[in-house]
Amino acid sequence: MPHDHDHPHSLLPSEPALRVKALETLLTDKGLIDPAALDEIIDTYENRIGPRNGAHVVARAWSDPAFKAALLADAGPVLAEMGYVGRQGEHMVVVENTADVHNIVVCTLCSCYPWPLLGIPPGWYKSDAYRARVVREPRKVLAEFGVHLPDETAVRVWDSTAEVRYLVMPMRPAGTEAMDEAALQALVSRDSMIGCGVLT
Amino acid sequence: MSRVHDMGGRFGDGAVMPEPEEVKFHADWHPRALAVTLACGTLGLWNIDLSRHRREGLAPTDYARFSYYEKWLAALADLLVETGAVTPAELQSGVSDGISPLAAKRLEAAAVAGVLARGGPADRVGGPNATFALGDAVVVRQPAGNVMVAGGHTRLPGYLAGATGVIVRHHGTHVLPDANAHGFGEAPEPLYAVAFKAESLWAHPEHPGDEVVADLWQSYLSRA
Repeated sequence: MPHDHDHPHSLLPSEPALRVKALETLLTDKGLIDPAALDEIIDTYENRIGPRNGAHVVARAWSDPAFKAALLADAGPVLAEMGYVGRQGEHMVVVENTADVHNIVVCTLCSCYPWPLLGIPPGWYKSDAYRARVVREPRKVLAEFGVHLPDETAVRVWDSTAEVRYLVMPMRPAGTEAMDEAALQALVSRDSMIGCGVLT
Repeated sequence: MSRVHDMGGRFGDGAVMPEPEEVKFHADWHPRALAVTLACGTLGLWNIDLSRHRREGLAPTDYARFSYYEKWLAALADLLVETGAVTPAELQSGVSDGISPLAAKRLEAAAVAGVLARGGPADRVGGPNATFALGDAVVVRQPAGNVMVAGGHTRLPGYLAGATGVIVRHHGTHVLPDANAHGFGEAPEPLYAVAFKAESLWAHPEHPGDEVVADLWQSYLSRA
């Protein structure tokens, strides 16, 4: 129901670190949260789930045409088989960058992002500047990442307005034909899988 | 009728500031705020659509001045009071009145991996049949607001209102946030990816071939 004039959050301490501490302590005392579970969540996203997962998928797709075809046709089962599923990655679509089309991902309304493949989103992805601008002037935003696309390449910006999450498969750099999958993984940057980087 | 979070296409923001991949959080309290919010979500007191709506419903001045995780914390505190999980007096004093009857639902450390791996799928069986096919031209509802609740939650960005696009993907049938955020049930509907030419959205498009694609529910759309 309309809620615009009733904001209990103003009852918390004004300093954010104290606000978290106060809330965590209260909720722990009430038996609603387990501090050990919080540690487990933090360890998951600080150390176990991050963009190396996505890089694994991209490098495998570059190396294995059948895998790539399956991934682009229906990413869900393929990613489930690799164990890259879960919160904020329940419905995955992978879009391929080519010489003709360059894909970029954003969430203009909040910060939707493929967590199982890329971890939690970087600060810039959640920023007002990125959310406001990349749908209207993607080429100017790309230039801020040092990326300059040729006129022949069309830009397709995917605004993540539902629970579908998008991963960009960047173009494989030239001269990497002899590299194995492990070496290729190291080339794949997080930003390239959001569409804000190209690999050279 | 717009809300402050609906900022796609807005003018006046500065440069985007890239940062290294290693940077995960910008303050020690950020990961705690993330974890407290996720853990409380598993109590089952609200759904993702309501939690988004509470963040969007912050006063525009708060939304603009709060950092990302401050928005999360503010919405979390509001939801905890709204659902009766904590009282305003407890929030203000920081002193618990006693163990909550919901304590049995607390997320335990051993359950975290399973809960994160399961996530919360939004696809559903049933609902109305898909009325659009790939390649169909569609027009987005105008104005773009929630048709059931004034100022209510919607995932239809204002910049798409009235625009004509083409169906490029059918994602199946998904929970309708406009209903689910307001206690009207999940009301699942067909969900589509719809592609819009940049020149149909912006007065001064950067490049004639560029497009924006958004995921839109069937009731947001009509046949062009």
